[in-house]
Amino acid sequence: MAPRVGVVQFPGSNCELDALEAVRLLGGEAEILWHGDDTVNGVDAVIVPGGFAHGDYLRPGAIARFSPAMTAVADFAKSGGPVVGICNGFQVLTEAGLLPGALQKNRGLKFLCTTVELRVDSTDSVLTTEASEGDVLRVPINHFEGNYTCSPETLAELQGNEQIVLRYVTNPNGSMDDIAGICNAERNVVGLMPHPERAVSHLLGSEDGAPLLRSLLLSASAAV
Amino acid sequence: MLFSVQVEVSLREGVADPQGATIERSLPHLGFDGVREVRVGKSIRFDLEAADQSAAEAEVADLCQRFLTNPVIEDAAITVTEGARV
Repeated sequence: MAPRVGVVQFPGSNCELDALEAVRLLGGEAEILWHGDDTVNGVDAVIVPGGFAHGDYLRPGAIARFSPAMTAVADFAKSGGPVVGICNGFQVLTEAGLLPGALQKNRGLKFLCTTVELRVDSTDSVLTTEASEGDVLRVPINHFEGNYTCSPETLAELQGNEQIVLRYVTNPNGSMDDIAGICNAERNVVGLMPHPERAVSHLLGSEDGAPLLRSLLLSASAAV
Repeated sequence: MLFSVQVEVSLREGVADPQGATIERSLPHLGFDGVREVRVGKSIRFDLEAADQSAAEAEVADLCQRFLTNPVIEDAAITVTEGARV
């Protein structure tokens, strides 16, 4: 049975259809989870997609995290369910306290829309099992607030537990320790600024996002 | 009782402020050479109904902690004054 992936849709999300499409292309089933419904609808994995949920008012993710759907996502994550936040979704997960730290405005104050190289630094997370340590992946970024920041204690913890799963080869935004993506201590919640769902076909310029999303589908299958 | 509340949200000490840094770098071009340590924040104002001053202050502190600021990177300076804002 194909794993079912739920993609949360907030007012202002704009990458949810790309995420659905990418999951289907890789052999999974995908459905939208409406932000106003307090359920994950029995799915095997959740993607919190990119965009500008609730207009990014106050701070990116600050309002989205109060959505009924996010309460359900938090429960799902706490019970071990695989959850991935992409871009704005990463910001939502940090605001919701499912991942440590915060995403600040980019160093240089530029909105960045380009393709970057990511190095896989840990394969022990629901998003990286199908990659190999040291792999360099070409994946697009598209953000203004992707500059990962946390306390020195949190950074030491992330480094010590190898929770920094993806690093930028060339830091585009001032992110601490070149962080592009991290996971929680249980390794079932991952947040990353780059967009793997936009890199699953040669037609899109890169297929390097595919191993990442395939990892998520495998984690989802394991949960079935 | 009605209170008027002003919350000044600023980045915590030690957190890099790209907006402040950019403003600071721009000022010498306009001839302002003495400006240092520019920090950019935001100001949020509202009226609040509460039993008394301390209840109002406690409620505002709680809502700053849980919503108006991200305590990982931001601090809030809170001013609570008796009476409506306007």
